[in-house]
Amino acid sequence: MSGLIQTLRRTARLMVGLPDYDDYVRHMAAHHPDRPVMDRKAFFRDRQEARYGGKNGGRCC
Amino acid sequence: MIRHLPWLLTGLVGAISLAVVAVSRGEAVNALWIVVAAVCCFLVAYRYYALFIARHVMKLDPSRPTPALRRADGLDYVATDRTVLFGHHFAAIAGAGPLVGPVLAAQMGYLPGTLWIIGGVVLAGAVQDFMVLFISMRRDGRSLGELIRMEMGQVAGTIALFGAFMIMVIILAVLALIVVKALAESPWGMFTVAATVPLAMLMGAYTRWIRPGRIGEVSILGLVGLLAAIVYGQAIAQSPVWGPLFTFTPVQLCWILIGYGAVASVLPVWLLLAPRDYLSTFLKIGAIAALAIGIVIMAPPLRMPALTAFASGGGPVFSGGLFPFLFITIACGAVSGFHALIASGTTPKLIASESDAPLIGYGAMLMEAFVAIMALVGASILDPGIYFTMNSPAALIGTDAASAAHAVTAMGFAISPETIAQTARDVGEHTIISRAGGAPTLAVAMAEIFSHVVGGPAMKAFWYHFAILFEALFILTAVDAGTRAGRFMLQDLMALAVPRLGESRSQVPGLVATALCVAAWGFFLYQGVTDPLGGVNTLWPVFGISNQMLAAIALMLATAVLFRMKRDRYAWVTVLPTAWLLICTLSAGWLKLFSADPAVGFLAHGARFSAALERGELLNPAKSLEQMERIVFNDRVDAALVAVFLAVVLSLMVFTWRTCMASRRSPVPTVNEIPAHEASPRPVPA
Repeated sequence: MSGLIQTLRRTARLMVGLPDYDDYVRHMAAHHPDRPVMDRKAFFRDRQEARYGGKNGGRCC
Repeated sequence: MIRHLPWLLTGLVGAISLAVVAVSRGEAVNALWIVVAAVCCFLVAYRYYALFIARHVMKLDPSRPTPALRRADGLDYVATDRTVLFGHHFAAIAGAGPLVGPVLAAQMGYLPGTLWIIGGVVLAGAVQDFMVLFISMRRDGRSLGELIRMEMGQVAGTIALFGAFMIMVIILAVLALIVVKALAESPWGMFTVAATVPLAMLMGAYTRWIRPGRIGEVSILGLVGLLAAIVYGQAIAQSPVWGPLFTFTPVQLCWILIGYGAVASVLPVWLLLAPRDYLSTFLKIGAIAALAIGIVIMAPPLRMPALTAFASGGGPVFSGGLFPFLFITIACGAVSGFHALIASGTTPKLIASESDAPLIGYGAMLMEAFVAIMALVGASILDPGIYFTMNSPAALIGTDAASAAHAVTAMGFAISPETIAQTARDVGEHTIISRAGGAPTLAVAMAEIFSHVVGGPAMKAFWYHFAILFEALFILTAVDAGTRAGRFMLQDLMALAVPRLGESRSQVPGLVATALCVAAWGFFLYQGVTDPLGGVNTLWPVFGISNQMLAAIALMLATAVLFRMKRDRYAWVTVLPTAWLLICTLSAGWLKLFSADPAVGFLAHGARFSAALERGELLNPAKSLEQMERIVFNDRVDAALVAVFLAVVLSLMVFTWRTCMASRRSPVPTVNEIPAHEASPRPVPA
């Protein structure tokens, strides 16, 4: 049940362009331990700009 | 054999339901037959055709690293669970298109639209989405323009980019026109939509400073605000002070929207665009789910005939006969070229394994077709008299209940002035006459369905405005996001001529491109709003032609890629839908240009009016010589636009042909895929 809620939460967030923060932190730890990691707030703002800045081709009719 | 048995049964149920829908005459058919037929057909198509394409045509290889694995960065490239990604992709492709097109097409009866949506999505629409996703996935998630450039050359890529920009302009104009048609002279609707602006800004401030990143929380707060706006909207609309302040004529609304588009697309994204997108996305998914549940619970009979006299042409909603105009009126839902931009956008960068591609590419499009089927059902459960009252231009039926009832009854759909007035009162509007554009019709249908399940007749007005708000909300989000995307497309195009303009560091080129983009769609919006013929019946076919042409371009790219992969023997999978789309769009474009019938051909229509103008005569519906001149001018602009689209698609046909022939001469594959064994990525271009 908690798995289902987790999936729904992730789906809803990705629908508006927000990937999973923990995934990002894990990726940075595994591959780029030397680079700075954005905190949740910076991550959220970065993804917001990436989705809505207009370079993603916009939305469908 | 045993494992095929359930699918055989599904297919059988689908075939029987389809037969019931197709052959019943005289007595009302229940809407559930259409729903069951569609669902069964989609399931069987997914199980057999999608997997056939995956296994034999594409030869998907689950061991091959996807862009999400090769380039993993935790941001743009993230291997994502397939159900989560399905939701992301579906939310990105489903917009207003699949809700509007089928409603307009219902003027020919429910049968042609149903068959085209089911057949079109299975053989064309879903194939296109799936193929483009596949092509992009094997090329690091590149965009459609880049893919065409890679596989068909620089010139072809630039032509496609230009075509895509023009299509974007038309889409934005048509979407904005739908909002104008829905909100004109409707203070209740206008207030609720206007309230979303400050509401979204409050949400934006909340996610920016108070609780950053708490999307769920802020969306619930926003939803409460929206519901309050709908509830209090009624009192505002009836207030002698506030009501007139929120009552606008179509022309006023047109200028408000143009101003809104210009301002909103240069505001920081977190302030207005992002928070409203949260609301519109979640509301859209919720409303679609609620509509599906509502239709199943209510199980309404279809009141529209299976086939009306307008199938052979002469209909009031859009001109022209079933072939080719049905196939361009229902674009999204059956096949939509715009999806090629989405399937080569964020989705291919998120896909975890090639074996997920059928579900995402083919499956999500089937889901959109299901939305289109529900919209068609919605339009068809209404009294046909109400349907034609709402969707015929005022030039044909007048503006009061008596003249509308008289004109619609004369079309063969008996209705009384009292029924028209009562329907308007039920949904809390001054009038429902000539509310073209599909959205208001669908809103009446949704009010009918939702009030049957929750609240009874007393709630109809609430549900009507809820439905209008839900449609206006995501159309406005699309206008805002589309203007931003159009700006970058235009800047890319301008940079080809003057490289300095491509620099996104400097503010000026960006502002110039934004202004040009708004001016472009604003021009067509203004033209549509002031069109004495109603606008929708002029602009929607142009939109349909352009969208289907983009689909044909995407499918031609897919064909070229199959040839370059040396999989020619399976090329029929994309060649068949390409051929059909080319036949439909080229003949529709040709008719729109050169048909001698002034109701269909732009040039014939323009010639008739300019001849009358020379004689100093006024032709209905023009009221002045100035309006006459405007009609002639609009006809010529529309004709030029259609000619441009025809030129784009014909030139890409030549490029495709050349690419395919060159690949046939080559003994080995010439495709530009990233090789399966190349595990580590090449350096990322900055």
